[in-house]
Amino acid sequence: MCLSIPALVESIEGEMALCSVGGTQYSASLQMLDSDDVKPGDYVLLHTGFAIQKISEEEAIETLKLFEEFSEFNDALDEEEKRTGERIV
Amino acid sequence: MKYIDEYRDKAKVLALVEQINQLSKHPMRIMEVCGGHTMAIQRFGIPSLLPPTIELVSGPGCPVCVTSRAYIDQAIAYSRLPNVIITTYGDLIRVPGSTSTLDKEKAAGADIRIVYSILDALEIAKHNRRKKVVFLGIGFETTSPGSAAGILKAEMAGLFNFSVYSAHKIMPPPMAALIDAGVNIQGYLGPGHVSTITGSHIYDFIAEKYGLGVVISGFEPVDVLQSVLMLVKQYENRRPAVEIQYTRAVKPEGNTKALAMLDEVFELSDDWWRGLGVLPRSGMKIKEKYSRFDTEKQLEVTVEPTREDRGCICGTVLKGLAKPADCKLFGKACTPSDPVGACMVSNEGACAAYYRYRQV
Ligand code: SF4
Repeated sequence: MCLSIPALVESIEGEMALCSVGGTQYSASLQMLDSDDVKPGDYVLLHTGFAIQKISEEEAIETLKLFEEFSEFNDALDEEEKRTGERIV
Repeated sequence: MKYIDEYRDKAKVLALVEQINQLSKHPMRIMEVCGGHTMAIQRFGIPSLLPPTIELVSGPGCPVCVTSRAYIDQAIAYSRLPNVIITTYGDLIRVPGSTSTLDKEKAAGADIRIVYSILDALEIAKHNRRKKVVFLGIGFETTSPGSAAGILKAEMAGLFNFSVYSAHKIMPPPMAALIDAGVNIQGYLGPGHVSTITGSHIYDFIAEKYGLGVVISGFEPVDVLQSVLMLVKQYENRRPAVEIQYTRAVKPEGNTKALAMLDEVFELSDDWWRGLGVLPRSGMKIKEKYSRFDTEKQLEVTVEPTREDRGCICGTVLKGLAKPADCKLFGKACTPSDPVGACMVSNEGACAAYYRYRQV
């Protein structure tokens, strides 16, 4: 629940932004940021539907790579679970 | 060690490990207070990389885990009222109450809906004007500004059928309480996303008054290792301080807009923490001004007497005094698919994280 994901801002309408995280779209409220400061193409840290911080593209890409690794890693674990027949989560 | 090979920054990881090895002379226990860190540390097998002088222990940073059973019981009682819709983050749904769970109530017909955001709960309130929509507000400073924003939005939109049942908490009081209780730790790995909102100054008193270092850390292995290195340096040089390792998301002053919203809607109150009991000024109560959106002021319920499970030592685990595996039920009577205690339900809970990654 405490995790926050970097998301790419695609378009902005009023206080809401349409963001994407690895192809999946989310809408995010910009209420907690200076809305003049955010424009399409920016990256924000997304937490439970709110953008809580603007981050640089470079940093966002780094973190997103990590998320991919997390999921690859999870897949590897899942494979292993299947193989060993052990049920984890 | 198995999976670290696959991590792209192997060289960087090893360089950090090498430096920590060289610098660390005195035994040091470092507590991570954020559930996200517990997950990352277990997932990447970080403890196996550290020298024997350094021990990482999990703390009270999983919101679901520290929430009281009485809170769950009361949420269940609300869900049994006629014309009430409960909206909640998914994390809470399987947490055992005294005799039931929200999940079981849902199966029995209660209108309980999992939402990703409080904004979804507002939408539900908008489309169900005749029903009372209750949002279960749990979480620390990362999450509570969302609840504040939700209440402010509800007021603007005149959604008076919407309310928040708040068990929001703030992070510094348990960090101080643990030191007061004499828990043996020499440094804190500070929570990354809580600090995105609060900034770093809320921990200053821990370095100043208690002489313990706090390093606010990101969530990659490299982040965690770098933060450990910073803490080791501080400790070996006897210079405890508050430092930010996670500079890409945390500014010293935090997110001032979010903080202003919190301040508008909430005030501090005494609150109960699993393992720590009641801590003064550690919870967030909705201000009188917004009592129209405070479930506890709006709905009356009788709540069953709280029954704690015998044998669950979750509270001791949250204080860093026991490891999940010290619990007799761990992995036997208590597993993520059939959890006995809150620390096994949430992904961020220490028991769940240790269970999931124990083979790694
Ligand atoms: S393993 Fe289960 S019963 Fe034991 S402390 Fe953890 S949550 Fe409680």
